Amino acid sequence: MTAVEDRPVGSLAPAKEVGQARLRKEDARLITGRTTWTDNMVLPGMLHLAVLRSPVAHGRITHLDVSAAKERPDVVAVYTGRDLAEEQGSLPCAWPVTPEMVNPGHPSIAVDSVNHVGEAVAIVVARSRTAAADALEAIDVDYEPLPVVLDMEQAVQDGAALVHDHIDSNTSFHFVFDGGENGVAEDTEQAFADAEVVVSRRFVQQRLIPAFMEPRAVVVQPSGDNYTLWSSTQIPHILRLMLAMVTGVPEHKLRVIAPDVGGGFGGKLQVTPEEVLTLLVARRLGKPVKWTETRSESLMTAHHGRDQIQYIDVAADREGNVKGLRCRILADMGAYLRLVSPGVPVLGAFMFGGIYKFPAYRFECDGVFTNKVPTDAYRGAGRPEATFAVERIMDELAVELGMDPLELRRKNWINAEEFPFTTSAGMTYDSGDYGAATDQALELIGYDELRAEQQRRREAGDPVQLGIGFSTFTEMCGLAPSRVLGSLSYGAGGWEHASIRMLPTGKVEVVTGSTPHGQGHETAWSQLVADQLGVPFEDIEVLHGDTAISSRGLDTYGSRSLVVGGVAVVNAAVKVVAKARAVAAHLLEANEDDLDFRGGTFSVRGTPGSGISIQEIALATFASHDFPEGVEPSIDADATYDPDNFSFPHGTHICAMEVDTETGFVKIRKYACVDDVGTIVNPLIVEGQVHGGLAQGIAQALYEEAIYDADGNLTTGSFVDYLIPSAADLPHFDTGNTVHAAPGNPIGAKGVGEAGCIASTPAVVNAALDAVRHLGVTDIRMPLTPERVWRAVHQGGDGGERATAGTNAQGASSAEAAGASAGSAPIEGDHL
Amino acid sequence: MTQINVRVDGASYVDDVEPRTLLVHYLREQLGKVGTVVGCDTSNCGACTVHLDGQAVKSCTVLAVQADGCQVTTIEGIAGSEPGAALHPVQRAFHEMHGLQCGFCTPGMIMASIDLLKENPDPSDDEVREGIEGNLCRCTGYQNIVRAVRHAAAEMRGDAADDPEASPAEVDTAASEHVVEPVAVQA
Repeated sequence: MTAVEDRPVGSLAPAKEVGQARLRKEDARLITGRTTWTDNMVLPGMLHLAVLRSPVAHGRITHLDVSAAKERPDVVAVYTGRDLAEEQGSLPCAWPVTPEMVNPGHPSIAVDSVNHVGEAVAIVVARSRTAAADALEAIDVDYEPLPVVLDMEQAVQDGAALVHDHIDSNTSFHFVFDGGENGVAEDTEQAFADAEVVVSRRFVQQRLIPAFMEPRAVVVQPSGDNYTLWSSTQIPHILRLMLAMVTGVPEHKLRVIAPDVGGGFGGKLQVTPEEVLTLLVARRLGKPVKWTETRSESLMTAHHGRDQIQYIDVAADREGNVKGLRCRILADMGAYLRLVSPGVPVLGAFMFGGIYKFPAYRFECDGVFTNKVPTDAYRGAGRPEATFAVERIMDELAVELGMDPLELRRKNWINAEEFPFTTSAGMTYDSGDYGAATDQALELIGYDELRAEQQRRREAGDPVQLGIGFSTFTEMCGLAPSRVLGSLSYGAGGWEHASIRMLPTGKVEVVTGSTPHGQGHETAWSQLVADQLGVPFEDIEVLHGDTAISSRGLDTYGSRSLVVGGVAVVNAAVKVVAKARAVAAHLLEANEDDLDFRGGTFSVRGTPGSGISIQEIALATFASHDFPEGVEPSIDADATYDPDNFSFPHGTHICAMEVDTETGFVKIRKYACVDDVGTIVNPLIVEGQVHGGLAQGIAQALYEEAIYDADGNLTTGSFVDYLIPSAADLPHFDTGNTVHAAPGNPIGAKGVGEAGCIASTPAVVNAALDAVRHLGVTDIRMPLTPERVWRAVHQGGDGGERATAGTNAQGASSAEAAGASAGSAPIEGDHL
Repeated sequence: MTQINVRVDGASYVDDVEPRTLLVHYLREQLGKVGTVVGCDTSNCGACTVHLDGQAVKSCTVLAVQADGCQVTTIEGIAGSEPGAALHPVQRAFHEMHGLQCGFCTPGMIMASIDLLKENPDPSDDEVREGIEGNLCRCTGYQNIVRAVRHAAAEMRGDAADDPEASPAEVDTAASEHVVEPVAVQA
């Protein structure tokens, strides 16, 4: 008996799966509501945890009385920081970017003092969600207020109030990369001294909130001294390791499961206080415990992203040849260092040069503590900040030189024949053709027509002006070669693992260490394996997100899943075929070298009609009645892949923007982009990733900002005030691709998850400025609210002066900025 | 506690609820209808959208007691209840047009879209965008959602070649409507 379908031996190989727009396997459960979100989980005797959070940004806890809460109905336990101080450890920071980096420690629940609004102060465990929430009201806390530190430029001044009084400044680290000192570039100071033109700008990367749609949730089920933890996380493998190290629960006694996870965007790349606290409480009580956050809690306490002040200097000659780039960055860490908080600006450190041939390059960054929720990864993590800076300063340089911004870019970008190209940041860009992508994007958007219309509106003095903005970008993806991460002092490697199990019926289980949360791994991985093994797409099941099933992995972030995890899957499949080949040779009584493998079937070369499929071999292996001597009866295989280099997707994004000069209202008229993400496995998924990235990048330019008031309260604490764009707020996107396969990557893929988000923000801002620059506007602070645009047009400046106090959006003169930045002062004025 | 009588996805329930209980919490916690989810606490995101007597409501802004005597339809009740039952054309269109990624907003998005198409069976792109602006999605950038809703609208009007109501969800094949034209410039 065989469950394997008969297939004609020697038939032509089926069409390749890679490259097909396969509809997603994941969708069936998601469109019918048969989902497994963490908050769906109900276990017998399950208790619910609620968190009392600090209403003050910085203060000493002088009085904390939970006795009344303990008497509330259905309350099982109440804990304070003091109760858990001995066992909570410190939340981990895995990326000490310099040997001297200061980490103040990060308790999951405050013990003596609080350092940001929303920090956990007490927790209630009760029989129901509502009973736990109700009992929070019975907790009595007094705080002695301490000075609140919010503004980075003030925080780094001598004598500034301190976020942590047990460390002696608000600066956590000072990270420097200098291309000259590293022997990969010319001397930066000399390049600036010799330059004919220098343009200096201060850019603000406002604080953003990842705002994944599924609020975070954790469930812990104890069973003896074993614990199963479900979490709405991107990183079940890293979480398991870190929770073991933080709480002392042995790693082999802890199983972590990421069930259906509703988006992450870096926001769930974290070891959260609530994950630690839920585990500690379940351990104490021996009962299953659930915590699910409200949206307000999420916006207030889940880590934020971006938040940099950038002082950028570019040097060039009068003909428009760039000579050097110098970047000094203040990066807001918030009150504590979370998992990769310091690593975010460092990931950007090597990408500020973008696609241009800067002969000299220097990057310096200070990580600064403030009394705000910590920052950490958010889609792009360091690279959107870098791309924004270089794409904005190139426009500013073009204006200074009186050149067309595209002409300046063409003059300085790496030409197609120059790949592989090592930049002055020491990165070796793999492949691409910036000119081809740009030409295609220009055609896609109808560039000449738009420029003509812009001219007409200018001449007519139309109150609605039109602008066109470019972003010709690259990014580094495929995090990451372990050796490179090691050289940057990251605490882990960047490999990925996969296993393939050939089941007796010929069906295939693919186990991946890369944990998806919307990216479509189940579909794309099935396509990869179908091609390698020659089995039907439908016969493949992809398993992930459970440390008991997928025992090794480093999860999903940094556009790494396909580029690293997908290759591990392909390599495992190649091993399966190699093992099956030995069995086939034995069963067909032929030499291995005489076998062809095509369309899932081994056949003896030159012997039509002979053949055995890999699915039949799976059954023969299961039975093992007739197996070659000395060969273990298994054709299953594992593979771990560690890339040699990052990959470098690139693209050209063009935004056409209407600006109403009378109201300040901006509207994207057209948006076109051509991305080169290497070989495309599934065009449907790739296009979807680009769309989603564009939405988030455009939202940074136009809508989103996490704003704190002067006391350190988050005033954008709900979706009423934190403006996630709706369908009505976003334009139609015209997208296209060029394809340069990533050399050295067996799939040829470069990564696509972050591209749209990294590229789009500067294109949008450049477009708005292009519309109103003739009115004297040189910068507009993000997000480009109608008020800011109107002020910039009618009152000068960047429109940011009236922003709420206590945010980085508050204006600071460049003189103040000069003093605030470590290293040499920015060069005032545009000329030397 | 207040007693309510509710018919949800074709079954009748009699339950005691606290007067403050929101409909979405009643559905999730008392009935186990966890297909309907909670995405915010200010009625901005629309993830919890269900139909109350045939009309789309955000079930986080309706008290369970307000649903007393009403019919509620959730994402779990729009296709046939038995496994393998035909999907609703809007569900099928979200799949075929890649109108979802993480899928968390999807139940609410689908319920809102069905209501939109009842009001306007042939919406333009802009009318779809305005019609679903009460539902937030963080993954898709909305373009494929708009495409899905318009595709479903055509099917439901009978403009498509096949009768969508009668045919089950298509098996997974390359989506021909979905035009992506990579220009191969092999280095």
